[in-house]
Amino acid sequence: MLKNRIIPCLDVKNGRVVKGINFVDLKDAGDPVEQAKIYSDGGADEICFLDITASNENRDTIYDVVKRTSKNCFVPLTVGGGVRSTEDIYKLLNCGADKVSINTAAVQNSKVVEESSKKFGSQCIVVAMDAKKNGENWEIFTHGGRNPTGIDAIQFANKMEGSGAGELLVTSMDKDGTQSGYDIDLMKKISSNVNIPVIASGGVGTLDHLAEGISAGASAVLAASIFHYGSYSLEEAKQYLASKDIPVRI
Amino acid sequence: MNVTIVDYNSGNISSVINSFKEVAKDKVNIEVTSDLNKIKSSDKVVLPGQGSFKSCIDALRKISGLVDTLNELTISNKKPLLGICVGLQMFADIGYEETETKGLGWIPGKVSKIDNQNGKYKLPHIGWNEINIVKDSKIFKDIENNSHMYFVHSYEFVPEDKNVISATTDYSSNIVCSVEKENIFGTQFHPEKSDKIGLKIIDNFINL
Repeated sequence: MLKNRIIPCLDVKNGRVVKGINFVDLKDAGDPVEQAKIYSDGGADEICFLDITASNENRDTIYDVVKRTSKNCFVPLTVGGGVRSTEDIYKLLNCGADKVSINTAAVQNSKVVEESSKKFGSQCIVVAMDAKKNGENWEIFTHGGRNPTGIDAIQFANKMEGSGAGELLVTSMDKDGTQSGYDIDLMKKISSNVNIPVIASGGVGTLDHLAEGISAGASAVLAASIFHYGSYSLEEAKQYLASKDIPVRI
Repeated sequence: MNVTIVDYNSGNISSVINSFKEVAKDKVNIEVTSDLNKIKSSDKVVLPGQGSFKSCIDALRKISGLVDTLNELTISNKKPLLGICVGLQMFADIGYEETETKGLGWIPGKVSKIDNQNGKYKLPHIGWNEINIVKDSKIFKDIENNSHMYFVHSYEFVPEDKNVISATTDYSSNIVCSVEKENIFGTQFHPEKSDKIGLKIIDNFINL
């Protein structure tokens, strides 16, 4: 039986992890390579790097981080943030990323998704969508949640599936950072409207939230803070889900 | 000993390279090449593959003499070969991804889309799934039954002769996820992304 994945996410800026982790015995608390290794040794089913480097000059640092991580980490590695073109995707894959997530560029020009999924295969193309509740619906935002687009999230999800996305990483902007749980309605709506896997993101504060995300139809659950700050270990998260009869890899 | 990873522009092979180098350390020489002479002289060959069946076969045929070299190596000279993901699928006679495409024909059978049972199962089949070992395979030495491996694919290999199947995985139906026919080995899952247990499979292949 296919297991539900737990994906810890690390925010990386200029080659360093932004949110610290309270791991003991960690020599360099800000090194993403070292932290990715700790997560993979701890049972992460996949690891996600989100590059939030502001300036283009420092973009090369993420390539170096991906290169070094992939030499030490033998679980899938997804990298996103600032991915604009097929060329960017090629560079990241070439450095050892297994999947690349595309956010703003996918909204601005869906051809990037079409072309890259044809060129590299759908299996490595993840479309990351930031959605915010607007009345009865959800609206897509770009540029790290700064710019409204007027695009309906469900329609966008369908469009991305049609363009060849292999997975959708769905973040609720209302919930992100609140630790009050995923936007369950959003996750339900999207996962029941597409036939590709959905990764739930934004809002995890407790282990029960992870279980709720999977019950809503997500194939994988992504979380940052609960693992960063050592509130829970991956092992605890998995044991908890297993105790709720949710299939996980232990 | 030389193990060659065939580099034929089949997409992203850096994870395959990293994992083989990690396992080989300094004991075994890992070569990544499309040079026919180097492939011919190697002791073992790895055939990776990402993207579609058609794109991989096209890329393979684009390198003049590569298919003949691989045929000679595996069919005539019986050198061990490990196909990973689409690398395994290409063993078949025919594939149906994008359009009907002729495969290498090493193991009779076809590659068709996984039946998603009207949307009940999401595709691609992405993530960790247990393998059900149905036959002793040399690459499964010290691998426990029901071990988790990492998968990402939408198409499955359906061989005519069920005796070549060494493991299956349960997703919609029992999908063939590993085959062994004499010196030819293949995994639908990605040992290079399947943590320590995946590295053990790579180690088993290197030490055949």
